[in-house]
Amino acid sequence: MSALGAQLRAELQLVSRNSEQLLLTLGIPILLLVFFDLVDVLPTGTDEPAQFLLPGILSLAVMSSAMVSLGIATGFERSYQVLKRLGATPLGRRRLILAKIISVFCVEAIQVVVLLPIGLLLGWRPSNETWPLAMFVVLLGTSAFAGIGLILAGTLRGEINLAAQNGLYLVLLLLGGIIVPMDELPAPLRTISHALPSTALADVMREALTGGSSMLGTSLVVLLLWAIVAPLIAIRVFRWS
Amino acid sequence: MVENLVVRYGDICAVNDVSFEARCGQVTAILGPNGAGKTSAIEVCEGFRQSSSGQVRVLGLHPIRDHDQLTKRMGVMLQGSGVYPSGRVKDVVKLFCDLYGKRCNANELIALVGLEDRQQHTWKRLSGGEQQRMSLALALAAQPEVVFLDEPTSGVDVDGRLIIRQVIGKLAQNGCAVVMATHELAEAEKVADQLVIFDHGHIAAAGTITELRHGHEYTRFTSDEGIDIADLSRALGCSVTATTNTGEYNIEVLSTPAVIAVLSSWLHDQNLPLHNVTSLESLEDMFSRIVASSGRQN
Repeated sequence: MSALGAQLRAELQLVSRNSEQLLLTLGIPILLLVFFDLVDVLPTGTDEPAQFLLPGILSLAVMSSAMVSLGIATGFERSYQVLKRLGATPLGRRRLILAKIISVFCVEAIQVVVLLPIGLLLGWRPSNETWPLAMFVVLLGTSAFAGIGLILAGTLRGEINLAAQNGLYLVLLLLGGIIVPMDELPAPLRTISHALPSTALADVMREALTGGSSMLGTSLVVLLLWAIVAPLIAIRVFRWS
Repeated sequence: MVENLVVRYGDICAVNDVSFEARCGQVTAILGPNGAGKTSAIEVCEGFRQSSSGQVRVLGLHPIRDHDQLTKRMGVMLQGSGVYPSGRVKDVVKLFCDLYGKRCNANELIALVGLEDRQQHTWKRLSGGEQQRMSLALALAAQPEVVFLDEPTSGVDVDGRLIIRQVIGKLAQNGCAVVMATHELAEAEKVADQLVIFDHGHIAAAGTITELRHGHEYTRFTSDEGIDIADLSRALGCSVTATTNTGEYNIEVLSTPAVIAVLSSWLHDQNLPLHNVTSLESLEDMFSRIVASSGRQN
């Protein structure tokens, strides 16, 4: 097996055996989707809450795997000197990063395969769907969130990184138009929300799957900026040991 | 090969103008107190750290510029873990075998370090000594021509030390250059062909154990506490001193038959016992002497 293949297998093995990561990448998105669809407490503005919720939950799934799961795992690998040790093998940093990116995409593929049928069961119906746009936005979102996750993982100590990733996840979830529509947020928060990658991702995803985004252009630009700038900062500030 | 190596962290000079060579087929032990600069020097050789000045070549390669080539031929055992805490022994060893792509057999490596019955255990469930042996197995996955071992026997039990010693000996036998940084003087004495003693970023002494002991041989014996040292010194014609251990004495000459004869006769006349006659400077004493003398020079 090639070095890249071996590392990818190891990354996937570690994710699949880590119950916290499974809870984060699959458990929480499924729970939120099902709970808020069945319990009518959110002002989703539609008779079928799944119609509003599913695109947001898919965005949340991207954020969970690309930012929190990747960031926490990488942060601990850094503090346990795993990254340093791997740096002394023929794998090299480029293939290590590539293995991590491919493993994130594999997890995202599993998330989509699990979440879409649940969405359909709950009443989500795709309308005016644009699958190439959805795939493109997943790509951009992955780049943006992986960049943010690695900025934290590469600069903070293991435990602090863990807390920061989880805290940020919560903020982006609540302010990102994922489960609470942006119109429901107070005006100052709404302004902040427009600049967040989670808001942009959820908005473009909603446009790609159900149509009806009011600010597609702005969201695409915001997401594109995050997708370029965050990885660049990560490359600059990341410390391997 | 390390020539005039300097490693600075801001104003602090961790390694100051250090030169030494580790030869293939030999075990070179780098000894020194905490903060002496051992790990910094090794990290430059491994390519983890940039030197401030000086020249370092490992297997003729520059550790950073030629890192890709070097990693294929170099084994590394870090001080600390360097392993996925939730990775299983078998999976991680197999991963490293695949990363080096040298068709080494993970099961054989695991058996070599005596972890057959721990294959399904995760790293975090292993004892400290078992973790060290697993780290050694990962270094061996490289089938290395040069291997850097940072504190390989730290926290390892007696059986584990024996295994690690055997593996190190076998590596050297097969022509590998083994470089190990350690605090464990007894271990170094058992496996090292060459010692490099660091102190405050300098090399305080380097050479084989015999070379470093030269001129510092003595005879040590134990008897009852409080013997008449002055009278014994007169009988032997050389200086006798009591060591810090109760009832232990140093005669500052080698234990020739003549010296032993005079000592035995004198103790017999005084009706005193004679135990544990040794005639070499222990590595611990040698280390203390060299570090103390280096401290005086600094």
